[in-house]
Amino acid sequence: MELVCPAGTPSALRTVVDAGADAVYCGFRDETNARNFPGLNFTAQELVQGVAYAHDRGTKVLVAINTFARAGGTELWHRAVAQAVESGADAVILADLGLLGWASRAYPAQRLHLSVQAAASTPSAIRFYAERYGVKRVVLPRVLTVEEIAAIVSAIPCETEVFAFGGLCVMTEGRCLLSSYATGESPNMNGVCSPAAHVDYRQEGTALAARLGGFTIDRYPAGQPAAYPTLCKGTFKVDGKAAHIFEEPTSLNALAILPQLKAAGVSALKIEGRQRGKAYLAAVVRQFRTALDALDAGQAMPASALIALTEGGRETTGSYKKTWR
Amino acid sequence: MVEMTPPSSDVAEVASSIGTGSLPWPVSKVMSALPLAPLQFASNRVLQTALGRRPGLFSRLAEYSGKRFAIDPIDCPFVFLLEPRVEKPTLRVHATLDGVTWDARISAVMLVLLGLLDGTYDGDALFFSRDLLIEGDTAAVLALRNAIEDAELDPALLLGAPQFVTPVLSGNIRRAADVMRRLLGAPASASARGDRFA
Repeated sequence: MELVCPAGTPSALRTVVDAGADAVYCGFRDETNARNFPGLNFTAQELVQGVAYAHDRGTKVLVAINTFARAGGTELWHRAVAQAVESGADAVILADLGLLGWASRAYPAQRLHLSVQAAASTPSAIRFYAERYGVKRVVLPRVLTVEEIAAIVSAIPCETEVFAFGGLCVMTEGRCLLSSYATGESPNMNGVCSPAAHVDYRQEGTALAARLGGFTIDRYPAGQPAAYPTLCKGTFKVDGKAAHIFEEPTSLNALAILPQLKAAGVSALKIEGRQRGKAYLAAVVRQFRTALDALDAGQAMPASALIALTEGGRETTGSYKKTWR
Repeated sequence: MVEMTPPSSDVAEVASSIGTGSLPWPVSKVMSALPLAPLQFASNRVLQTALGRRPGLFSRLAEYSGKRFAIDPIDCPFVFLLEPRVEKPTLRVHATLDGVTWDARISAVMLVLLGLLDGTYDGDALFFSRDLLIEGDTAAVLALRNAIEDAELDPALLLGAPQFVTPVLSGNIRRAADVMRRLLGAPASASARGDRFA
């Protein structure tokens, strides 16, 4: 399985390449990708340099242009695809149907991947993208079991990529409205979930209060791990009782089930975290490189040493094993 | 929806919740008796060295370059005020933040802040574990974090060491810092954790 790793900056790209990534994914410094955070991402020139660095070391570069184009503003998305192609990127990762259609016509030789933002989770949906636009790989949503993934793999004409480590997103990706509800901006249209400009942290006595768009979405007592300031990870009162009603702050870690994912026919593993620092990237990529090499050699999976890097200080195999069913 | 609450701030409580890895109190005590001028001189030197080696250091800040960042080592008797504006960035040392205007504040023990500067730590992980506190303009903090992450500010580079000795010197400094962090109970760095499985 190919190890696909995130890079939010040129320095991060070099870090993951050197740590053993088979492929790197990154985006431009604008709303065309779903990690449009302040100070993050690549200029066109930085991408060219990054592609050269990666290719010199046998690593592929995939460019995420995976937000949904704005009516009347599609030129920005077209330009992003053009710049990615000109940089020599090995694939572009798209979600918008119109952009997929445009890219497949404008650059028929360019390899296209379907972003998780497209939320394609059935064989028929994936076949449509593959047959209509020539999509070569689909990134599957983080809501499927290993058995469901195996069933999909056997019924589609393209590769599959699944998330292996990092932040979880339990909503229908590409269609989640929670961030828009609180801030007016979303990962789907603006490239950012819970934009930092709408986030505010306050000490309230010994507790840390996280506010998003004016709403207090959680309050962490002293010593309790904190989480990303997203509504889906917030604590809400239902019938007078406060709880994580959507999702608990926990990171995905599929390290232990890599053999099952390989047996299911998965082609690539995605590490989440373009917004994370090089310390996280180096540690996670090294761990998964070691694990994949062990898998190829028929050895047991190494124990995970990544708990300190997880959200909320906890990790899960998420939907891959739906033990709550 | 959880109720709205009025903002408040309590530095003493903050310090008690994020003080893991604090310098020993005698060290802080001695530092509090020293004048700030030598530290101000050293800070100027480090900033100028960093800008000399990384001219684009703050370019990622874009619209946030005019912000004032209070960088608060909570186990030390001083605070840094960074103004990374395009024209003449400054790094000033203050005894306290009283009377100082800031847009964003980043608080942690000194060893953690230094580890963030050279990429030893992942900022999100420190935030999750409550070893790092940010207040004020969150977007500006994010932009600064990403700018520093991309700049590859090796310890030896910040000290102005010649480039040919930078890898060896930085490696030695990092190892020494890891030992100090272990002795003082600071959060383990990702690299230290990684060594166990690399």
